[in-house]
Amino acid sequence: MERKSPAFTIFIHACAIVLAAIILAPIAWLFIMSISPAADLAAKPLRWWPQSADFSRYQQLLSTAENSAGAAFTSSLRNSLEIAGMATLAALALAIPAGWAVSRTPSVGWSLSMVIATYMLPPVALAVPLYMGLSHLGLLNNVFGLALVYLTILAPFTTWLMKSGFDSIPREIEAAAMIDGAGLFQTLRIITLPLAAPVMATSALFAVLLAWDEFFYALLFTSDQRAKTLTVAIADLAGGRVSDYGLIATAGVLAALPPVLIGLVMQRALISGLTSGGVKG
Amino acid sequence: MSSTWMTTRAWLLMLPLLVVMVAVIGWPLVDTVGLSFTDAKLVGTAGNFVGLDNYTNMLSSPNFSRTLVTTTLFAVISVAAEMVIGVLAALLLNQDFRGRAVLRALMILPWALPTVVNATLWRLIYNPEYGALNAALTQLHLVDAYRSWLGEPGTALAALIVADCWKNFPLVALIALAALQAVPRDITAASLVDGAGPFNRFRFVILPYLAGPLMVALVLRTIEAFKVFDIIWVMTRGGPANTTRTLSILVYQEAFSFQRAGSGASLALIVTLLVTVLAVVYAALVRKTAGSAA
Repeated sequence: MERKSPAFTIFIHACAIVLAAIILAPIAWLFIMSISPAADLAAKPLRWWPQSADFSRYQQLLSTAENSAGAAFTSSLRNSLEIAGMATLAALALAIPAGWAVSRTPSVGWSLSMVIATYMLPPVALAVPLYMGLSHLGLLNNVFGLALVYLTILAPFTTWLMKSGFDSIPREIEAAAMIDGAGLFQTLRIITLPLAAPVMATSALFAVLLAWDEFFYALLFTSDQRAKTLTVAIADLAGGRVSDYGLIATAGVLAALPPVLIGLVMQRALISGLTSGGVKG
Repeated sequence: MSSTWMTTRAWLLMLPLLVVMVAVIGWPLVDTVGLSFTDAKLVGTAGNFVGLDNYTNMLSSPNFSRTLVTTTLFAVISVAAEMVIGVLAALLLNQDFRGRAVLRALMILPWALPTVVNATLWRLIYNPEYGALNAALTQLHLVDAYRSWLGEPGTALAALIVADCWKNFPLVALIALAALQAVPRDITAASLVDGAGPFNRFRFVILPYLAGPLMVALVLRTIEAFKVFDIIWVMTRGGPANTTRTLSILVYQEAFSFQRAGSGASLALIVTLLVTVLAVVYAALVRKTAGSAA
């Protein structure tokens, strides 16, 4: 192996510290803003470290008292959870059979390629007809309507992940079960689906993250607490007349918490999901 | 089992997905094409057929060409920076040092942060009166007075690009790192014995392993950057003086703020066409890189 000079070792460690600072500083600052007293945030020169930690904004945003900032925030939190949950379940229900079919019958694969190619479409190319369609169905400003629209993003992606997942399960295992007398659906239930459980979990997590992150359709198709999602609520706060920047930061911390926890805990699965596309092409 | 039955069965299993995709993507896309030849408003009447008027008006408007330049600048600079910083970070993370596992775990944070939260965070950092950037630069005596980073035409786009890079370079780094770890150790060792310097080693030994995955990351990031909406809407809404207005923002304004559905649809299709051309050119490049790496 290469022998490392002390200068090189110091250089590597210095670079590592710089990289860590670049990654952490903005995130740390978001959290510090959320617990700094408002006066500290408006002080000049700026006080980088709060005199006392103030967690009252978390309490304020998570309270459900009527007509408070908390009521708007908690309702958007609930909407985001409902929409992400429904859209993810629906996307998996479509993706699992389709992914298996393409994996085992490559001759129909071109239809999946077409579905995946829709990734190139900018959402603005679908937005006007979707707006008119939802309005016609009475589904504007409605969690079901938005969950349905989210399938445009979630379904192609989860199908593609499920297809690569089924590809890595040898079809000989299925054939063996069939020879032993199991029917197709029995084979899928007893053999294939349990083996595919980790891929299903990864797909579901990606789907939840995508739905949680979505902003454009939510901005267009929701208008009040009945359907507004977290991303829209935060953009409202950031663009509105809120004078306490700490409150905006607190909303950001709360909205970031679920995906960041998922990211940290599921690191390995997520990265292999992300890079499998990169490596396989 | 006959192959006809296999194929029929496959189509039956795909049917629910295909039906939903036609309903939420196929039909709206066709409808957008139809709308683009009319002067329809967002609400109310269906509008009259106006032929290619929307397209010719749009393509000849100075707004469009200016927006196209802004979008291209944003996409090219932020994606190039993400690629370079991402590969450098991956090369660093591929070294042995204490805390490497922790640092690699931290890389997932910006990626996991929702785009809107990222935009909000940087908007607060750039705040003209109380922002951390102004405070840090003044306390370090690098600037004399607080500036409005997102409010001045000269700095707004650059400020947006920094915020976008910060969120997206870690993903490139993680993809590059996975590829680096696939480089066999004996090959790098052999190149050392042969006397290759660090630059040649990177160029001829390591880069061939990186090329394929990086090309894919480049394609995906460029398409996303070209379609960019969220981060810009939350941070500047296309301002100041439209200096950060990208194509998706322009479509939004046309179709939803001014309610000109027909004209907005034609612009949306022009954007779609541009992205498709980009993707096709890139796909050819990916195939070429994959071929030369094999």
